[in-house]
Amino acid sequence: MISTRYSYGTAMLAAFEYLLDKYPDVFVIGQGLWSPWYVGNSMTNLEKKFGVHRVIDTPVSESACTGAAVGAALAGMKPIVVHPRMDFMLYAMDAIVNQAAKWSHMVGGQASPGLTIRSIINRGGEQGAQHSQALHAWFAHVPGLRVVMPATVADARDLLIASVLCTSPVIFIDDRWLYELEDNLPTIIERDLSLERPLCLTQGTDMTIVASGYSTLLALNATKELALQGIYAEVIDLRVLNPFYPELIVNSVSKTGRLLAIDGGWSTCGMAGEVIASVAERIPVGTLKKPPLRVTLPNAPAPTSVVLEKAYYPSTEFVVKIAITLLK
Amino acid sequence: MNDWSFGPLADPLQYQHPLDVKGQDIAVLLHQLEMMLRIRMAERCLANAKRDGLIGGPVHLGVGQEAVAVGVAAELHKTDRVFGTHRSHAHLLSLGADLRSLFSEVLGRDTGLSRGMGGSMHLWDQPNGFYGSVPIVSGTVPLAVGAALAAKLQGKSDVGVAYFGDGAIEEGVVHESLNLARMLKAPVLFVVENNFFASHMHISLRQPKEATSRFAAANDIPYAIVDGNDVVQVHMAAAKLVAAARNGDGPGFLEAITYRWYGHVDWREDIDVGVNRSVNDLTSWRKRDPIARLVSGLHGTGLFDLERLKAMEDKITKEIETAWKLALSDPFPEPSVLTSRVYAEEGVSQ
Repeated sequence: MISTRYSYGTAMLAAFEYLLDKYPDVFVIGQGLWSPWYVGNSMTNLEKKFGVHRVIDTPVSESACTGAAVGAALAGMKPIVVHPRMDFMLYAMDAIVNQAAKWSHMVGGQASPGLTIRSIINRGGEQGAQHSQALHAWFAHVPGLRVVMPATVADARDLLIASVLCTSPVIFIDDRWLYELEDNLPTIIERDLSLERPLCLTQGTDMTIVASGYSTLLALNATKELALQGIYAEVIDLRVLNPFYPELIVNSVSKTGRLLAIDGGWSTCGMAGEVIASVAERIPVGTLKKPPLRVTLPNAPAPTSVVLEKAYYPSTEFVVKIAITLLK
Repeated sequence: MNDWSFGPLADPLQYQHPLDVKGQDIAVLLHQLEMMLRIRMAERCLANAKRDGLIGGPVHLGVGQEAVAVGVAAELHKTDRVFGTHRSHAHLLSLGADLRSLFSEVLGRDTGLSRGMGGSMHLWDQPNGFYGSVPIVSGTVPLAVGAALAAKLQGKSDVGVAYFGDGAIEEGVVHESLNLARMLKAPVLFVVENNFFASHMHISLRQPKEATSRFAAANDIPYAIVDGNDVVQVHMAAAKLVAAARNGDGPGFLEAITYRWYGHVDWREDIDVGVNRSVNDLTSWRKRDPIARLVSGLHGTGLFDLERLKAMEDKITKEIETAWKLALSDPFPEPSVLTSRVYAEEGVSQ
């Protein structure tokens, strides 16, 4: 089989090229699309290849651009809205939560805005409280939105394509800290997003680690360290946060008896809590050998100062340390 | 101006002449010159430090735009309520902020204006009237309206000031804020620094007309469009609008046409990242230098010469060197503040 080397960033670029090339009803709209610095290498030269009428850099108007994409989707297009920083996407909350998420239900399933909203978690670099947020749990809370968080190069490409081809509104959240990941990918096969489920990325017997997005990379790196110490963890990558399918996690925890949930957001009402609750609801009393644990951000906005930023984001070492306490 | 285009004001080859300082208070002008120099030299210091890797976070510089903040600040009191943007070093310094505290903040030190929690994009100096700046475009515009409304409710003659750029006018909340301020007669001054760019995008690619004042007119708010690189003109226009706001007449809108010499972020000039930002434009705009034009204007009065300018520059150079050195040796915050500063002190239960 032919395979091609991609990074997480160029895998998304390949998805954009595939979609724009094959589907004339796909267009992309958002800020910074003609500028080299906002979206890494994930959209390079798209406007030159496909035209500025289909790859639209916009005024500073997140709310109107997102609402317009909802309307265009209702009128038969497959828009992709790009918010290079999730923080600015908050201006678009009405279009996302009140309009796009509700539309199908409100009109009896007779119409649905099939748009994709790509939003980037853009942490680090001492950018601070308003340029660093990972708010995937908010969107995963809302029925009607499909929330996708690719953690691998393959998913960066294939789930983006699946998201855009999906007839429901999709929030596709990629992570700047994953852009350098590399992998060989086979030829594109179009997938049905509604059939995508969590995936088990490593087999293990001692504990189950559940994560998504960048946290999955953290889990995989920690798992390698743990293996050196003779501890074998099963890493499950959520991939799609809403609708949420916990079966694979429940099966894994039934086997390992230990659960660690890692999430790049905050703890309260967050994704890690959802993972733990879903397992607790479904497994027989006595299956768990230890109370489940979660690794999340501290209950604070992102700081700017370099020393605080270092303390703020969980490291591989920190995950290893917490994982080991599950065995004690 | 009826067609909402700036005409010659948008042409950088025009308005390069020395400022007309006739009838102006020379002491005020000298103070303004010194402040503009301080702002520019402080920002040059930050640009170099960013280039040399001494600053971690993003730094948005406003070199070339100093006259706007300095002209407006001439009409403000310490009790006024000023809100800024991602590019607010000048707004802050023009109100008299301490240089070392700004530098410490940009370096993430505990002694910084925001105690090291915010960096260049999140500045705070309320004792001098600077209520805060943030990088979410137009995020503070309604806050300034509210702070102005508070002054009115408190029976004070203080005003709110909302600094923002031509890009921010593209956010819906700005239009709501204009209408709301007008209907509530909030004593707020909206100051648009129209530098033609939102990040990499020229205004011609974002708006059908150059003058954002058309939205002031639409909301029945008195406005003025001025050469933003002429501190005298900015000051005179601000004086009129601020006086009206203090007098209970409601909001005003000041649009200052200017240009930033650096790119959107950090020390580069951004002649390669966008459209319509050429080396030629930049070179021409540098000739509409608000500082050099004031110096020339003052020179013409016979009350100021290059020797005095040199003395002024030397004094500020020393000031900046000292402040930078002190800031560099200031301590970082303790890690425990990560969670202890999330809520106001009285809300902490432990």
